[in-house]
Amino acid sequence: MKLLSYFRGGAFQRGVHPPSCKLTAERAIRRLPFPPRVTVPLSQHIGKLPRPIVKVGQEVLRGQPIAKSDDWLSVPHHAPLTGVVEFIGLRPGMRGTWVESIVIRAHPGATQEDLWGTPRDLSQALSGDILQAIWDTGMVGLGGAAFPTHAKLSVPKQAKVHTLVVNGCECEPYLTCDHRVMLEQADDLLVGIRYAMRATGAVRAIIGVEDNKRDAVAVLRQTIARAIEGGGFNEGEIHVEAVPTLYPQGSEKMLIMALFGAEMPAGGLPIALGMVVSNVGTLAALGKLLPAGQGLTERVVTVTGSGVARPGDYRVVLGTPLKFVLDYAGAPAVDEMDARQVILGGPMMGQAIGSLEVPITKGVSGVLVFRREDMQEREGRQTYPCIKCGECVESCPMGLNPSTLGMLAAKREYELMGERYFLSDCFECGCCTYVCPSNIPLVQQFRVAKQILREKAAA
Amino acid sequence: MTQPLIEIRSAPHLKAAKSVETIMRHVVYSLLPICAFYIFQYGISALASILVVTIACLLTERALISTGTQAGRLSDFSAVITGLLLALTLPPGFPLWMGAVAGVVAIALGKALFGGIGFNVFNPALVGRAFVQAAFPTAIATYTPSFLAGRFTEFIPSSLALPLMIPAGAAEWLKAKQFDALAGATPLAKWKFDGVVVNADELLTSLSGHMAVGPAPALILLCGAYLAARRFMDWRIPVAILGSAALTAWLLFAIDPGRYPNPFFMLFSGGLILGAVYMATDMATSPVTPKGMWVYGALIGLLTVVIRYYSGLPEGVMYAILIGNAASPLIERITQPTPFGRGVSLGRTRKRASYPLNPGYISREEAGAVTPKKRFLPRKPKK
Repeated sequence: MKLLSYFRGGAFQRGVHPPSCKLTAERAIRRLPFPPRVTVPLSQHIGKLPRPIVKVGQEVLRGQPIAKSDDWLSVPHHAPLTGVVEFIGLRPGMRGTWVESIVIRAHPGATQEDLWGTPRDLSQALSGDILQAIWDTGMVGLGGAAFPTHAKLSVPKQAKVHTLVVNGCECEPYLTCDHRVMLEQADDLLVGIRYAMRATGAVRAIIGVEDNKRDAVAVLRQTIARAIEGGGFNEGEIHVEAVPTLYPQGSEKMLIMALFGAEMPAGGLPIALGMVVSNVGTLAALGKLLPAGQGLTERVVTVTGSGVARPGDYRVVLGTPLKFVLDYAGAPAVDEMDARQVILGGPMMGQAIGSLEVPITKGVSGVLVFRREDMQEREGRQTYPCIKCGECVESCPMGLNPSTLGMLAAKREYELMGERYFLSDCFECGCCTYVCPSNIPLVQQFRVAKQILREKAAA
Repeated sequence: MTQPLIEIRSAPHLKAAKSVETIMRHVVYSLLPICAFYIFQYGISALASILVVTIACLLTERALISTGTQAGRLSDFSAVITGLLLALTLPPGFPLWMGAVAGVVAIALGKALFGGIGFNVFNPALVGRAFVQAAFPTAIATYTPSFLAGRFTEFIPSSLALPLMIPAGAAEWLKAKQFDALAGATPLAKWKFDGVVVNADELLTSLSGHMAVGPAPALILLCGAYLAARRFMDWRIPVAILGSAALTAWLLFAIDPGRYPNPFFMLFSGGLILGAVYMATDMATSPVTPKGMWVYGALIGLLTVVIRYYSGLPEGVMYAILIGNAASPLIERITQPTPFGRGVSLGRTRKRASYPLNPGYISREEAGAVTPKKRFLPRKPKK
């Protein structure tokens, strides 16, 4: 299989095929009810923490900016609900620590319409104006990394960008939010692509979609054909390409390899090849928000897993506590003392969280709930020493040697890992840990090693 | 309200089904037909040998694991593999007590000494065999013909030798069965000492006549193919070993056909196939890098032929693999994979890519874009 796709041209080397488990691919996006209270953590992306610009007790409208920063890599936050600022202070965050957050209590009688934004015409706008407008929406990458979109789309003066790569791979098992967005918001997506192309100066856009989403490819092709007829795009300016289903195809480097057969230099950005990569969910949201001049107040989240009675893709107001989401989606017996796993993001790279008070933030693409029964099999697995089977070497998309790295990590030889075995190239996709028959937590070891190296470098 | 009990683990939260136990269990499954064929060749002596050696391995493993000084468990099947492989490399009439010694040494010195599963430097089965080859040189060189009448009812006399006693010679027993003493020599020994070359097709099935050989190479290759297809074994190592051995033997054969046997005889005689498929592929003792596997295999194939031709021993697979094991950390070190985005392929594009890398560039101005005008946008930090 893997060999075949390699010769066909169109996949990167190695990678893994975890069971896809896309339970919710057939279900339309539904809106989750508005929660009585939302929690907006100030830290949702890299860059300096935005400062609250509202006070406790102040009335806010849905879509109104509530926090801003003067840092280039920082974006504003908008009030997800019309209501009253109830509290500004520490609340549980997804990493386990308590983080500075703004809590807003919804007005029971409010219609919760987006009232704040002013529509604007950006059809003739120049790059700088579009970037400004993107910054105003508070948009970050909705695929999970949560990198501020205006920073991603702004091209340094000396660099040139010719291609916008639109990432519709969604290679993580279980997640279907991008898939549904491509099916239901194809028009918004094209609008977003148009803006992104104008902002970056790209002359072509290529949408890469994994070939397990044939319906999305078909819908996008139809939409593009209509757009070309209507004059929105020129012929040959925008393409949709089905790329082989292989984890982690959704990584920038892997997608560029699959589409163009070119390796991105280690440690570099796609801009080095004249490309900018953005996720379909982000661009579709931009396409909707930019003309309306509104801020990002909600996103599509896949709520799924064996512990959820009504799995599906939900349009969730940012800041909704997980408990509210899970109650609505029917995670049985949330309140009982029942061991379970709740994961934000996909099962390969997602973050297991320890409290259901944690809110949905801009970077959360999925909520997975696994029952105790599903975890028992993994719990029974014994951890063996590395038997050097080589499975990890055969699966690492970055061509590293996780086996040797793991053994060095066990010996705490962190410098050697960084200097000779290219630890910094690892982007923690989890392939090595997924295949490891000895059940060694390789990725976790690498995370620890990287953190220690970072601390040493800072010291 | 009681807090629900949530478990926190680090990603990835999915896990492939293949575990160490699965790998080892499938290697054992694939060895069973080979053992059955061996018993079919040599009767109850072979059966007793396999049982005694394997049980010795398991008991040693059990005793040493209970000391808590080494990793692994009995149920991981790795000691079973060691036992079965070790028994297959010993002559069928090998005294059972010596077989037990080999089993104990294999696990204790070959594996437990290094810390158990995954830590061993040498293939444990071969360590056991090397030990008994040094300790009991006569017994290990004494083969008996296969497919003897009455092999399922009668032990080969040497099998039942009492511990620490010199086993009975096979010559008289063979004479009673109307065989000459040469009948017990292996094809390799016959070639080395008498210059007789057996046909490769006879060796491949080991079914013709009463040859003193191990299980049929054809069967071993078949079982190995199953393992490789299910990815329980890496196909590169056997291919590299057999390829390198065949190439070396063919070169020498081409230079002097009178002195050197044909390459097919080299491939299918002795323990080369068993060693290439089952011994050299031992995961813990072979390199983990794909390139390293090729180098390692090529080294073993070359050494096997060199030892067979130029040393006093008829067989060289065991020492070749042990030397390969010793070299494998070094091989691994010099054959590290090239990370993505760092290799020579950087800057080149694959020929069959879907899109050209560069679309025939149009400048930003032509494309309708201008340098960002940062009105309200926060200032970008200067580097």
